[in-house]
Amino acid sequence: MKIKRIVHVEDMEDIATGGAILGTGGGGDPYVGKLMAQEAIRRHAPVKIIDVDELADDALVVPVCMMGAPTVMTEKIPAGRELIIAFRKLEELLGRKIDAVLCGEAGGVNSTTPFVVAAETGLPLVDGDGMGRAFPELQMETFGMYGVKATPMVLCDDKGNSLVLDTVSNAWTERLARAATVEMGGSALLAFYSMDGATAKKCVVRGTLSLTAKLGETLRGARAGHRDPVAAIVDELDAQVIFHGRIKDIERRTVGGFTRGKARFEGVEEWKGHDFRLDFQNEFLVAERDGEIIVTTPDLITALEAESGNPVTADALRYGLRLKVLALPCNPLWRTPQGINLVGPRYFGYDVDYRTLA
Amino acid sequence: MIRIGIDVGGTNTDAVVMDGARVLAGVKSATTADVMSGVVNALADVLKASGKAAADIDVVMIGTTHFTNAVVQRRDLAKTAAVRLGLPATASLPPMVDWPEDLREAIGNLSYLAHGGNEFDGRKISPLDEAELLQIAEDIKAKGVNTIAITSVFSPVSDECEKQAAAIFEKAIPGVHITLSSEIGRIGLLERENAAIMNACLRDLSRDVIEAFRNAIASAGIKGKFFLTQNDGTLMEAAFAEKFPVLTFASGPTNSMRGAAFLSGVKDAIVVDIGGTTSDVGSLQKGFPRQATVAVEVGGVRTNFRMPDVFSIGLGGGSHVVETDKGVKVGPTSVGYRIISEALIFGGKTLTTSDVVVAAGKYDLGDRSKVAHLSPALIAATEARIAAMLEDCVERSRLSPDPLPVIVVGGGSILVDKPIAGLELIKPDHFAVANAVGAAIAQVSGEVDRVYALAEIGRDAALADAKAQAVEAAVSAGASRDSIEIVDVEDVPLAYLPGNATRVRVKAVGELHVV
Repeated sequence: MKIKRIVHVEDMEDIATGGAILGTGGGGDPYVGKLMAQEAIRRHAPVKIIDVDELADDALVVPVCMMGAPTVMTEKIPAGRELIIAFRKLEELLGRKIDAVLCGEAGGVNSTTPFVVAAETGLPLVDGDGMGRAFPELQMETFGMYGVKATPMVLCDDKGNSLVLDTVSNAWTERLARAATVEMGGSALLAFYSMDGATAKKCVVRGTLSLTAKLGETLRGARAGHRDPVAAIVDELDAQVIFHGRIKDIERRTVGGFTRGKARFEGVEEWKGHDFRLDFQNEFLVAERDGEIIVTTPDLITALEAESGNPVTADALRYGLRLKVLALPCNPLWRTPQGINLVGPRYFGYDVDYRTLA
Repeated sequence: MIRIGIDVGGTNTDAVVMDGARVLAGVKSATTADVMSGVVNALADVLKASGKAAADIDVVMIGTTHFTNAVVQRRDLAKTAAVRLGLPATASLPPMVDWPEDLREAIGNLSYLAHGGNEFDGRKISPLDEAELLQIAEDIKAKGVNTIAITSVFSPVSDECEKQAAAIFEKAIPGVHITLSSEIGRIGLLERENAAIMNACLRDLSRDVIEAFRNAIASAGIKGKFFLTQNDGTLMEAAFAEKFPVLTFASGPTNSMRGAAFLSGVKDAIVVDIGGTTSDVGSLQKGFPRQATVAVEVGGVRTNFRMPDVFSIGLGGGSHVVETDKGVKVGPTSVGYRIISEALIFGGKTLTTSDVVVAAGKYDLGDRSKVAHLSPALIAATEARIAAMLEDCVERSRLSPDPLPVIVVGGGSILVDKPIAGLELIKPDHFAVANAVGAAIAQVSGEVDRVYALAEIGRDAALADAKAQAVEAAVSAGASRDSIEIVDVEDVPLAYLPGNATRVRVKAVGELHVV
């Protein structure tokens, strides 16, 4: 098996930064996850990253991630065994050895969680994930589009409780797991969507872990070399800068436990005289410029502080912040009718159709 | 009421005497290595300049960077045991996990994990285990450590575990110094724990420094009470400050912003504090600096203190001015305090921003003939560059589209003589000692930061409860109850969690209660 790269303690810094950029405004601050991954690598071993094509067709691969409120995770830090317990229990249930670890979500804190499992088990970590960004719900994984079921799934808390779910649909998995997560204290860790290598090759969003590392490295390098950090990220992602402006108004409200809101911008420099609006629901989902919708979920919308290039989360949006907003195409799987059904603007309650970002 | 405000900075100790809202006198003198003699000098100078007798002084307020510097320089720190309550949760990241190693070693690198702690909704993670804590106490005692920082998961929601553990340690280790994280920080376990540990390790030093201040004041013949200013621009009694030295972090920029608000009479504004090397820009909301929303590092340690959201740029009265093929470059390098020997106007060889301002005829300082040779083009380009630098950071600090005024304070204020970003410019009297004025006029605050389940009690009841708690916190910190106002209310729903769990922060502020 060819190893693509080896991730050491110090590499996690860049991965966490890149994860925050792919977080598209949500997914939680990767800080605690980064520290956990660093501790695991320090205690066990560096993590081997492999390309998905390196998997044998009959290999067993299992994604892991954190579920719940990232704010809770920053206060009630995991005990540390949850992911491993979930992973090993699922292995036991499946009745065979797992061959590789997979990332469920490359955006936000979950860009870092699979490293904890890979470091401890010594298993390779596949370079890719099931979103290519951050999304708020468990059924929003490309895996499901190839018929992979989220269950059997094992959900674990800090106390050692674990819950096995076997559900009729991935949407039900989300619903029941969400309720259990609240009982578990607002944050829990899990292993789910077990699949074989042949399926993984079809449905994994490829290369996203390398991408997070590259993005972090790019940002760090640009700063060290006194180059424009945003321009460096734009180049790296081949993204479009859809706006450069200052937030002039922000409104937030809570609907069903999810923060929804809108931020209005006024343009500066090249966008002076133009208006811009960013709608978010944990993640940035719809961008409107001069009254016209220009980008919608599932294409990626990410906001960077204009000067520093630091990714800005929806929670951190505030009046006066000067941002450059970037858009980039999502994985083609999300653009299918089935994908749009799962994560298109209408799923999130916006009365607009998905329009393909060129 | 006659007050003295003192700002003990790294280089200068500034002092003012104020009679009510009037500044009677302000002086600048050099900070001394022993702290005390510098304060003694400043007190003598400012009393003399004001014409007041020591007996007239009702109260002395001191702002100091001494404790921040101790952490940054890793000196005078006490060996400290970090005890965290939350097992089985949190075991993945032990206390001080992300600290620079030299600092961790400087305080003895001693930490313990124990059972206890709460969930976000107040439920218990696990019961406190007295036997476990007694064993930890034995170990701490055996290691000869006399300072403990206790941090319990979600202690901003419930501080019960921290208090119970403190009682157990106090009984087991007579005379032990204990810091509870719930008394200092907000949600974010590692950051709050870091603050608690830093506070604990400063306890021995704070006893000495506060004692030095107390002696300096006594030797000046002043009988009034004395207070220290904290990072949010409000006061703590000397005895309280001795227990919570960490709360003085970042009080410097806060004091100058508060002083700017007071001297100008404007409560909502952008403040630009221009020193010799840097300019600090922040915004005032209802007379208080707006707080930073991101984690702030002190001495390499991540914290979530109530720090003012100050943006610093490398522009000051001593900034280098260099002509390059890309135009004029201003800062970030500076001659700093050596301006009095190195700037052209003082007979030196280095072109600084102050030289350009004098050459432009904007200000009279030093020997103007020494800058007569500067070309009008260079002067214009430098002024344009300074204006652009200031405009960018002022724009960045604006909170609303309303045309807020810009208040300019600090010794480097001579660089500015016209509106920045088209906003009204205010340069108040006594601008050079705005930080000492900020200390002198400081008020008293109380703050609450906790998570409420709005599905159970509703938003109004939650806000009312948080406000009542903030008022009580202000009263116990020394505010007179009648004067207390709620100055800040913020509620942010916790993302990805149903049940409307919402984090509420409330701050109450009142006038100092002097008896």
